Order: sequence, then structure tokens, then C-alpha cells
Amino acid sequence: MELNILWFWIIGALFIGYFVLDGFDFGVGMSLPFLGRDDLDRRVIINTIGPVWDLNETWLIVAGAALFAAFPEWYATLFSGFYLALLVILLALILRGVSFEYRHQRPEAAWKKRFDLMIVIGSAVPALLWGVAFANIVQGVQLDAGHNYTGSFFDLLNPYALLGGLTTLLLFFTHGVVFISLKTEGDIRQRAQKLAVKAGIVTIVVAATFLLWTTLAFGSLPTALFAAGAAVSLIVSFLANLRGSEGWAFTLMAATIALAVLALFASLFPDVMPASNDAANSLTIENASSTPYTLQVMSWTALFAMPVIFLYQGWTYWVLRQRVSRTTVSAAVETTVETAVH
Amino acid sequence: MNEWLDPLLLSRWQFGLTTVYHFLFVPLTIGLAFTVALFQTAWVRTDKAKYLQLTHFFGKIFLINFAMGVVTGIVQEFQFGMNWSDYSRFVGDVFGAPLAFEGIIAFFLEATFVGLWIFGWDKLPRGLHLATIWLTTAGSIASAYFILAANAFMQNPIAFRINEERGRAELTSIGELLTNPIALASFPHTIFACFMVSSGLIISVAAWHLLRKQNEDTMRPALKLGMWMMVVSGAITTFFGDSLSLAMTAAQPMKMAAAEAMYKTATGADASFSIFTLGTPDGVSELFSIRIPYLLSFLSTHTFTGTVEGIDNLQAQYVTLYGPGDYTPTIWITYWAFRWMIGLGIAHILVAVVGLWLTRNGRTPTAPWVWKIAIWSFPFSLLAMSVGWVFTEMGRQPWLVFGLLRTQDGVSPNVSGVEILISLIAFTLIYGALAVVEFKLILQAVRKGPAPLAEPDPVSGKIKPQVTVY
Repeated sequence: MELNILWFWIIGALFIGYFVLDGFDFGVGMSLPFLGRDDLDRRVIINTIGPVWDLNETWLIVAGAALFAAFPEWYATLFSGFYLALLVILLALILRGVSFEYRHQRPEAAWKKRFDLMIVIGSAVPALLWGVAFANIVQGVQLDAGHNYTGSFFDLLNPYALLGGLTTLLLFFTHGVVFISLKTEGDIRQRAQKLAVKAGIVTIVVAATFLLWTTLAFGSLPTALFAAGAAVSLIVSFLANLRGSEGWAFTLMAATIALAVLALFASLFPDVMPASNDAANSLTIENASSTPYTLQVMSWTALFAMPVIFLYQGWTYWVLRQRVSRTTVSAAVETTVETAVH
Repeated sequence: MNEWLDPLLLSRWQFGLTTVYHFLFVPLTIGLAFTVALFQTAWVRTDKAKYLQLTHFFGKIFLINFAMGVVTGIVQEFQFGMNWSDYSRFVGDVFGAPLAFEGIIAFFLEATFVGLWIFGWDKLPRGLHLATIWLTTAGSIASAYFILAANAFMQNPIAFRINEERGRAELTSIGELLTNPIALASFPHTIFACFMVSSGLIISVAAWHLLRKQNEDTMRPALKLGMWMMVVSGAITTFFGDSLSLAMTAAQPMKMAAAEAMYKTATGADASFSIFTLGTPDGVSELFSIRIPYLLSFLSTHTFTGTVEGIDNLQAQYVTLYGPGDYTPTIWITYWAFRWMIGLGIAHILVAVVGLWLTRNGRTPTAPWVWKIAIWSFPFSLLAMSVGWVFTEMGRQPWLVFGLLRTQDGVSPNVSGVEILISLIAFTLIYGALAVVEFKLILQAVRKGPAPLAEPDPVSGKIKPQVTVY
């Protein structure tokens, strides 16, 4: 296999990593108004992702840098073309990230409320816009002969792309709510399970429509297979959730997201950014990639680094496997407050 | 077209603003990770409560600052593609690899273990928990190496060939790229400057408390450590600053001539270093100047008889080499940024040396002005760091990649001035608001001082660390 084809799939894998991991962070953030009845609830919810949101977001940085290194043309066209959309994503990620850290720095309710709102917006906006962005890539955009995007921001908000955005929004929401049921104890865990069932029904309808549209309009046989896999996995996840098997429900949600991303990448292949106006202007794996030498250097690095990364990130989740409860959070809050008052 | 909507100008302002802003948090993250790791190591080895208190106290400041470094960092990576797409197309094959290494090798390490460090106090054995802060430190330092190696390519492009057909630079040797002489000098120079910034913070915070005669049991050892760290890292920063200026003179003689605002080529005694100059804003004519003869010759060539090329001469050479154009950076910026960097750096070392003398053998200065001077260590060390970067980046202009790609040729051709104006305003507003919140939170944490610890465990006699929750 040519190295640039390998890297096309590695980029796909990195975005899978990002969407599976930061996806549940987004869902957890969005669920605050639905599951957080009081401040302690909201603290429990936030603490389920407290130790890992930063590491999960790092998958985006790595995916972006790998895209830059392996497919400079793709990176340049995509990032300059989707300028305003990416700006909004960046601003949302900034607000979300600082809010996790700032929220608990002061006791006033108004202070916390402000950052809660920023966490919700900062989670919902990227969850929506990532879907819009990827759907547009699959659908194709207007590119000139120099591979520069010539459309406007509003061209990106077409029906197919908006459905894609809604799909990622709902997938991440359900994924996050299932994650909360997996990571908490007591009442909130029960409520998360119920919410995941309700959200699951809507998610199945929307995601199935989007995957079907993708397959029919832009797909090939592999797209159809991945899309079908994603749909089955999503439905089985829903059933697992009905039976109260949180671990299975979460694993299958992760698989759903992974298969959906694979379906999108399969429909792109061998393009990386098709031009909707003139196929001759399309960016392909061939004309967008770096030299074999650079890809070779990157491959060796990934080959040695990635197993180590999987090991220590997996170990991190294992260390933090304990469920978060109102008791543990309030105990920790009290010791901090107590010592501060002394 | 309206000149205020010039995409080039706006993109430059945005990149400058967001980079300078991002780089306020990065040095503190790198420096404080290391310092907190030192405090925690001291606690693990001695079991003394004061070291655990210092770990928690500076750890809290570290974390408030850390989040800002992370979120403003993503903007930096995105901007290459968003605002500088032609630059990205031109250098991606070369420049992308160190960025990818930074993510895969450094950022993952840093981001994973910082989470374990924050939340792992009650979940990991003591030694393993200590390892997490050291791995965070290692990740942050490694990230500096890769990004400086990437930047070194822009300062001194090597290890590439030009592919005319694709119109881009292509990597020929990753080893050579990562051992760029500019990177080898700027890495230790920058890292130890980061340590100067965190030392500055510790000195400022400790002086603030000691001026009020409070928390002396923790703040006095903190002050001592801060001052020693400032002296040692100051000396190392200076040493590698000298190596860097030597390497930079070889790579970009124009930048070093611009650092001196030296228009005419000079040799030996005439190659003098001006400490202070008053002149016309463009630096062409001089009204008043204090100069040290031979010093510039020594700094640029390590001999007293060296020849240092002047701006006029270099400008003429570059016109022959690259065609007509202005190849001179903005002189007043390079000249003064260079002086502020060096001047503030030396001032910090002096403050720390005097401070060590005044506090020797358990002495405590009583005069408030001593502490009041020391309190300024942090803001001025951060300023020194900042102007140092402004110097090296502005001194590279008009080049984006020296000798290969002009800044004006790197900007995204399809992003409109209006779009960039929107993003520039958005970043300015949000960054401005966050700066206020950030500053207040850090101030609040500093004023509160180190929190007292819970009573030691009656059975083991050991103190339990605080558990963090969001």
C-alpha cells in the first residue's frame, strides 16, 4: 500500500479518536441543563470528564498537526476555506476549556452559572459544527484551480451538511449521557439512563437518515457497509442501554461513531476534498499529500509512539475508573473549603 | 481596497496578537510545572508539610494558567491553515512533521499526565503520583523543542529541496531539521528563560507575603528557591543567548544588524554595542548614544577584530540576491526589543543576587522597598520573554521563511479582510475578557496564600494531601 493511502486512513483514525473521546465530553457538557438539578449534580457531571477533557481535546491537536504534515494541501484548503466555521469552533473550545478550570474557583452561584452556560454552548457548538464541516467535505465544495475554496460561509449551511451537524450533535449527546450513566452513582445514574433512551430514539432516526443519504448520494460499497455497521451498532447500543448494560451501551456508541467516520472517509476515498464545481479541481490523496520521505518519517514515529500512547492513556482511564458520586464530590469540596477557612 | 481591510495586515496583527498572548501562558506552564515538580519531590523526600503546602499553592496557580495555555494553543495550530494557507502549502512537507511530533510525543504526554496529577492525589501511590508531574514537565519541555525546531526552519531553512513543479519545499533529512543550529541554541535559551519567568513568579509572590510578614514558614524557602533558580537559569539563558546570537548572525545577519540599528559595516572597536540611543524613529541618524567598543564584534564573532555587516550593505546584497525590495525589518522594534530583553534579563539576575545576599544566613531585610522591588520580578520577567520573541519574529521580516518565502506571499488568498477583521475582533474581545478573569483568579489565589493542611494521620503520622475536584 502506498504511504499516502495509509495516512489517509491514519487521519481518519485520529479523527475517530477525537470524536469518540471529545465526543462524550461534548455530550457531558450539553447534558448539564438536562441532568444537573443542583450545583452538586453539575459538579458530579463535570467531574466525570474533569481529568480527561484536556487529553481528549489533544486528539484534535494531533489530528490537525498530522493533517498538516501528511496532507498540507488538504489542511491549507480546508482550514482557509472553512475560516469562519473553524473560528466559531475555536472560540467555543476556548470558552469550554477555561470554564472547566474557572467554574470551581469561586463559590458564588452567579459565577458558576455563567461558566455552566459557557460549558453548554462550548460543547454544543463544536458538536454541531464538526458534523457540518465533515458533511461538506464529503459532499464537495467549490474549489478553484489553485484548490482554494471560493464559496462563502453560508454555502456551508446546506441541508445535507446541517443534517450532518445534527447527527454529530445527537450522537455526541447520547454518547455523553451514556458516559455519565457509566461514570456516576445513584439518582443521577438512573436519570442519565432514562435520558439516554429518549435521546437514543431521536439519534437513531436522524443518524440513520444522514447515513442513508451519504450512502445513496456520495457512497460506494464500503460506505454502505460502514454505514450499515454504524446503524446496527447504534441500535444495539440503544438496546443495551434499555437493559441497563452501561458498559456495552458506551462501547457500542464509540463503535457507532468510529464506523460513521469510516463511512465518511470511505465515501471520500480517493479524494480528500472533492470540488463540486469541477472534478479536475478536486484535492486527492495523490495531489494533496506530502513526499514519501516525510510520510515515512511520520510512519515510523507513529509506529513507535502510538502503542505507548494507547498504553498510558488506557492506564489513565483505568486509574480513574471509579464512579463519581455526590458523596465523593461533596467530601472533597468540604475538605478544601474547611482547610481554606482555618 | 480599503487599507484597513488588507488581509495581509490583519492576518499579521492577528497572528502577532494571538501568539504574544499564547506565549504569556506557555513560559509559566513550562516553568511552573518544573517548579511544582521540585516542591513535590522535596515533600516526598522529606515529608515536610511546608513543601506539600507549596506544591498545592503553586500547583493551583499552575492549573489556572495551564487551561489558558491549552486553549490558546489550538488557535495557533489552526491559524497556519486558516490565515496562512499558502505558507502551509509551501512548507507543510517540512514544517508539518515537527508539529505532528509535538502533538504525538509531547502534548499527549503533557495532557494525559496533568489530568492524572490533578485528580490522582488519592488514587495513585505517592511515588507514582510524583512521576505524573515530572512527565507533565517532560511533555511541556519536549513540546518547546519541537515547536522551536519548526520555528528554526523559518529562521534558518535547512534540510529541504525546492520542488519547482509542486511549488513547495520538501524535507530531505529529519535529523538535520531537528538539529538546526538555531534550534539547538534557542531551545535551552527559551527553556531557561521559562524557568526565569517561574522564578520571577515565585519571587514576586513570596515578596508580597514577606512584605506583609505572613506565611514566612513557606514563603521564605520559596523565595530562596526562586532566587537561586533565577540566578542559575539566568546565567544559562545568557550563555545560550550568546550562542543563539552567534548562530543568528550566521543565519540572518540582517536581524542582528537590525538589533543594533547598525547601518554601516564596522570592524573591531567600531563594532560597538550601544546600550542606549536617542535618534530619529527610523534609526538612520543618531542624536545621543552610550556605547561599549568591541562588544558587538565579540558578541557576533567571539573575536575583538570581527567585522559586523551593516544594514545598508546587507540590503544591497539582498537586492542582488532576491530582486528589488525592502529587506530591512522595522528597526525601532528590533533595536528596543533586543535591549529590553537583555536589560530586563540582567536586572532580574541582579535583583536575585542582591536578594540572596540580603537574606543570607537567616537574615530578613526590614526595609519595605526591598520587597517592593522584588514584587516586580514576575511582570518584568514575562515582559522580557515577550519582547525576546517579538524581536526574533519581527527581526525575520519581511520573510516568513528566511530567503524563501515572503510574509506577503504566505497569506491565504481566499480569506477576505472582513472575515479576518471579524476573527481579529472576536479574539481581541475574548482574549481581553479572559485576561481580566485570569489575572483576578491568579491574584486571588496568590493573596490567599498556602492553605493549611489537614491534621496528620494518627496512625502513620503522615500528612494527607488535598484532593482536587472541579
